Amino acid sequence: MPRLSAAIRHRIGFKLNGKPVSVEAEPRLLATDALRHGLGATGTHVGCEHGVCGACTILIDGAPARACLTLAVQLEGREVTTVEGLAPAPDRLSVLQAAFRRHHALQCGFCTAGILISLEAFLREQPKPSEQELREVVGGHLCRCTGYTPIIAAALEAAALLRRQPQVLAAESIDV
Amino acid sequence: MKPAPFDYLRAGNLDEALAALAEYGSEARIIAGGQSLLPMLNMRLAKPLVLVDIMSMAGLDQVRREGEMIVVPAGVRQAALLRRPGLASEQPLLAAALPWLGHYQTRARGTVCGSAAHADPSAEIPLCLVALDGEIRLRSRRKRRVLKAAEFFSGMMVTEKADDELIEAVAFPAARPGAGYAFAEVARRHGDFAIVGCAVMVEAGQIHLAVAGVADKPERRSWPRLDGSALDDALNAFAWELDAREDLHASARLRRDLVRTLGRSTIEEAGRCLA
Repeated sequence: MPRLSAAIRHRIGFKLNGKPVSVEAEPRLLATDALRHGLGATGTHVGCEHGVCGACTILIDGAPARACLTLAVQLEGREVTTVEGLAPAPDRLSVLQAAFRRHHALQCGFCTAGILISLEAFLREQPKPSEQELREVVGGHLCRCTGYTPIIAAALEAAALLRRQPQVLAAESIDV
Repeated sequence: MKPAPFDYLRAGNLDEALAALAEYGSEARIIAGGQSLLPMLNMRLAKPLVLVDIMSMAGLDQVRREGEMIVVPAGVRQAALLRRPGLASEQPLLAAALPWLGHYQTRARGTVCGSAAHADPSAEIPLCLVALDGEIRLRSRRKRRVLKAAEFFSGMMVTEKADDELIEAVAFPAARPGAGYAFAEVARRHGDFAIVGCAVMVEAGQIHLAVAGVADKPERRSWPRLDGSALDDALNAFAWELDAREDLHASARLRRDLVRTLGRSTIEEAGRCLA
């Protein structure tokens, strides 16, 4: 049985936003720290480090997960998506991200990466979400700026747009 | 908040996991979804020397029926049980309680057996197991044994599981014809720890009420089909027997009051759901 000793670092390989990556990790290294410090993927934010605030939410094999409640060694062989993987190109936003922008669904932006990831996963499962369902999903995150209302509005609008034209997932441009 | 150092073993099958537990005993912890264990590690409330990951092994992630029991093996995530087709008719109590278990994001990772192993006094899985008189199936290299939920949970985050045992599966009795089920919970916000959770089964002239969040473990009482002031009196006596906890979120008095009021409304709902 594979045994990773506490005393040394081990090379952990997985796919990050579609690209194979590897990172050196002691068994106790959290996935948050592997992503941010090991790979420089600082889009995933760290708030409470015990699973309450939701800022560090990522997708592991398509399902949402608190990166702070995941060990880096548990990512071995998995497909990981972080907020960096949502936009189709450096100068474009996803439909959900663009809806966040239109509705002012973020202010300081600290919680936003996690909320985008949760909603990305949920809208795939449930293309016709009710407001109540969205409130429950966003209930797994803490946001101290927005009061949540614009986040729900953005998610409802993004769901409607994606239902009309699923292929536009990659089609929103940012005016820069 | 980072975990203390530990060795990480990825068990390829149950025998390997059991061998590791036999060797390291109380120094080892099983990790499945990690949604209860990782906060304990991050806060260093738990400092195991060895972590045994059981999520790579095959054959532990499928819910199955064994006669009247819904058997949930150690690798089944909470979201997978909630998504089980027909769960609402197979066991309405589970379908009603699972959406309250943590958040969408933690249910996607956390396992059903892991929640039983953690034995938080306000948790929904232990509550449902106790309410339905479910089973915990334990296994070590020495033997297999099956405990009733009421025997398994022995205190605040304390169970009868020995150091060399793991929970192979938990089993919930499926809904019986002519029985009614209901669940209700009061928490500061949906997905937070329950201040009080109530799970009720009404059948064959009997009321079974289990309560979480009040005593140091979920507790169940059974009465004949009382109503009116006789039911109020029974609930009042139960509320006092539970020796309610007091914490930042709620006073012991509020918890007792919720046993009386939420307990009663949940019993009435289960009565209305009688098939």
